[in-house]
Amino acid sequence: MKYTVDKKGFYGEFGGSFIPEAMYPNIEELRMNYLDIMNSTDFKKEFKQLLKDYVGRPSPLYFAKRLSEMHDTKIYLKREDLNHTGSHKINNTVGQILIAKKLGKTRIIAETGAGQHGVATATVCALMGIKCVVYMGALDVSRQAPNVLRMKMLGTEVIPVESGNKTLKDATNGAMRDWINNPWDTHYIVGSVIGPHPYPDMVARLQSIISEEMKWQLKKQVGRDYPDYILACVGGGSNAAGAFYHYLDDEKVKLIATEAAGLGADTPETAATLAIGSPGVLHSCRTMLMQNEDGQITEPYSISAGLDYPGIGPMHSWLHKIGRTEYLCITDKEAVDAAFTLTQTEGIIPALESAHALAVLNKKKFGKDDVVVINLSGRGDKDMHTYIDIMQKKINI
Amino acid sequence: MNRIEQLFKTKKNNILSIYFTAGHPTLDSTVEIIKTLVEEGTDLIEIGIPFSDPIADGPVIQKSSQTSLENGMSLKLLFEHIKDIRKDVNIPLILMGYLNPVLQYGIETFCKKCNDVGIDGTILPDLPFDIYQEEYESIFDKHNIYNIFLITPQTNDERIRKIDNASKGFIYMVAASATTGIRQGFEEYQQDYFIRIEKLGLKHPRLIGFGISSRETFQHACKYANGAIIGSAFVSALEEASDLKKGVQGFIRNIQ
Repeated sequence: MKYTVDKKGFYGEFGGSFIPEAMYPNIEELRMNYLDIMNSTDFKKEFKQLLKDYVGRPSPLYFAKRLSEMHDTKIYLKREDLNHTGSHKINNTVGQILIAKKLGKTRIIAETGAGQHGVATATVCALMGIKCVVYMGALDVSRQAPNVLRMKMLGTEVIPVESGNKTLKDATNGAMRDWINNPWDTHYIVGSVIGPHPYPDMVARLQSIISEEMKWQLKKQVGRDYPDYILACVGGGSNAAGAFYHYLDDEKVKLIATEAAGLGADTPETAATLAIGSPGVLHSCRTMLMQNEDGQITEPYSISAGLDYPGIGPMHSWLHKIGRTEYLCITDKEAVDAAFTLTQTEGIIPALESAHALAVLNKKKFGKDDVVVINLSGRGDKDMHTYIDIMQKKINI
Repeated sequence: MNRIEQLFKTKKNNILSIYFTAGHPTLDSTVEIIKTLVEEGTDLIEIGIPFSDPIADGPVIQKSSQTSLENGMSLKLLFEHIKDIRKDVNIPLILMGYLNPVLQYGIETFCKKCNDVGIDGTILPDLPFDIYQEEYESIFDKHNIYNIFLITPQTNDERIRKIDNASKGFIYMVAASATTGIRQGFEEYQQDYFIRIEKLGLKHPRLIGFGISSRETFQHACKYANGAIIGSAFVSALEEASDLKKGVQGFIRNIQ
């Protein structure tokens, strides 16, 4: 696997573990054990069982007939939106809660932006009867009230983070500080392929179920176990990591990922990290970052709260640098248009994040016989207030 | 000889090290704070480079960092402010901050600049010592900059030995399993840790930091190490002081 992590935890020059000494024992414990645990028969059995009976996997690979006709190509949607809790996030949290249990941890912390990862974490903690604390930027707490209430109903304590700009980056700072202050009993369920090694690799492996299923589903439905293209959106990049994982070394499969350009990658209101960023160290890994010339992290913007992060997983920084994946910028408007198109041609309301992947259809012409898999990472329930505001013209897109 | 080395050669006990964030409480306060600290007999000063995302810091230093950035402080400007500091100040000076601003400045340029203005060492909490050794040590050595490493109550003996071997100057003993901040007294696990480290008989002198805020906690920490570091409590005092110089004087006189 030439595109996966090396022994030291790097993807080329990106990744690594730039942690304060206080986090070292926990990260080292995880690093020493995560592969053994994940490869154990016990874990595999329990993980598979929960993915099947609790999450509802395999998620369907749906041939989108009308959308295909519209774009004169063959479009398949990988329906992660049908998972329990509404997105791919649950694949990771189910895996990590099992790993945390094997490590003997009795308390879980997590960060969340829009609340999807927070809800997915709160859900598995309720399932396992483990205490859960979720850090969320104070601004996001007020913007995403339904998800805050879902987490509370699930028995999770939601702590609003008042520092910085009070969004996802600050929530991550809050969770890291919690771990430094609670090194004995706590596991931090990081929600994306970011953070110090082994998180990017561990989360990518847990999400790789997406492309694992794609292989046999394609074989069955198309007659060959690979597509011509895979499209996915990236914030931190976990759904893209999962959708690409088993095809990384198969260079005939073209990988396309989309960053949230907000109002445009050439404006200050953007979250297109790879398009405008530069290498640096944030949240304990070396990766591409949105920063000013003094190395201060700048605030990202996107209509989609789940893509609103000033960094990107180190694996994506590397895939971008060596050209294995093509990264495109999708603006708010392009994403919203794609969301409405999918809704009205297929009867599926996508999450705003996933709409960024769908928008590629309007940017790129695919061949008539090309098999194009789009990872539909989440459903649009959580974004209804934004869609309603757009329909009622309360916000201009 | 590096001034850090010199300090620990001549003074073995009750070493007082003070941390503050450059550019806080006001943009131009850095030099006045340093000079007053020196007049009051501070042995070592850690000048904080502000960062937007200080994950190892508690509320007081987070806030000072944010204020400093809002005031317009940057590493570039900090070097500008302290360019003539060695005309008046002879004690060791350390820059403390997160890795990213230093990386963007450029490691080599940074080390050279430190040497030019008379900075003796650095503390970069999110630069682990294995990555430091592999990628950066030769550059720091070339410019005679001592990079100081931290140990915490969770660091095991084997790793402490490794860090001791990789260290120059002194070892920063983080007193608590916590982010920086003001705490009252020490808990039992901290006491046990101080004794455990003392018994290891390390090659390098040690300063205890995190949670040191008063004369009592300072003296207590000094029993188990060569001295102690005060950060948050001092930054808080600066925040509250109506007159900067008097604020610094009052704080240090209360400690010593």
